[in-house]
Amino acid sequence: MAELLAKSPCEGLLPKEVDGLTLSEAKRATMTSLSPYRGQEAVLSDVLKTEHGMALPRPNRSAGKEGARAVWFGQRQVMLIGPDPAVSLADHAALTDQSDAWAVVLLEGEGAEDVLARLVPLDLRREHFKKGHTARSQLQHMMVSITRVGDARFQIMAFRSMAKTLVHELEIAMKGVAARRAS
Amino acid sequence: MRLTCPVCGERDRREFYYMGDAVALRRPDPEAGDAVWDDYLHNRDNPAGVTRDLWQHEGGCGAWIVVTRNTMTHEVLETALASDVKGSVG
Repeated sequence: MAELLAKSPCEGLLPKEVDGLTLSEAKRATMTSLSPYRGQEAVLSDVLKTEHGMALPRPNRSAGKEGARAVWFGQRQVMLIGPDPAVSLADHAALTDQSDAWAVVLLEGEGAEDVLARLVPLDLRREHFKKGHTARSQLQHMMVSITRVGDARFQIMAFRSMAKTLVHELEIAMKGVAARRAS
Repeated sequence: MRLTCPVCGERDRREFYYMGDAVALRRPDPEAGDAVWDDYLHNRDNPAGVTRDLWQHEGGCGAWIVVTRNTMTHEVLETALASDVKGSVG
């Protein structure tokens, strides 16, 4: 039988460090999408609170913290990142295991907004995009989920198949920002 | 050009996919007859002025949006979820 190796989406690509900005791969976590059944949002929110300690986030918001986070992920969809989902959630929402589907990276450091400003058509500065805010948008031509998880710390999720492109685009932008600072 | 997604808020045009006239929301009855179906499939107005299009927030939340805009002034007059316009899909 073939010997298979478990590889993370960004294996061999990260971490990268450019002029105080760091790009690293997030710790592997269970990811489950929750799509509430019609009219079940409120009940689902209560169950999520009881089981995992956070309410269902509204559009453009995330809830929870490192290790157990719920990120709004599109129309009528929330991604639960970290905990194994409680069975009772399945009474109110369609649950799909997406743990292997996404490359999750963390961009950190002073000027992380400047890096993303080169790639994403959104105003992600702290005044507009605060800790806990999230957005589905594009990074160049890739669909991504971007969440501010710290003062100068962003979580960026892209399709796993696009991991190399994601890292490439971010590294180019990091170098661009560093070069602009140096000049 | 910027469009306001009813779910996400105001976003850049590049996040959206353009479908065309919002005719798909007025699908005729299957028994409506050849003339009605021919018109539905092939004939489109080309208005100088207010028009209604379907757009999808493809690079964002995925919602289908009915955009009312003016082709003369480029004003975007109104955006609404297609599911709200057509009837609830959940």
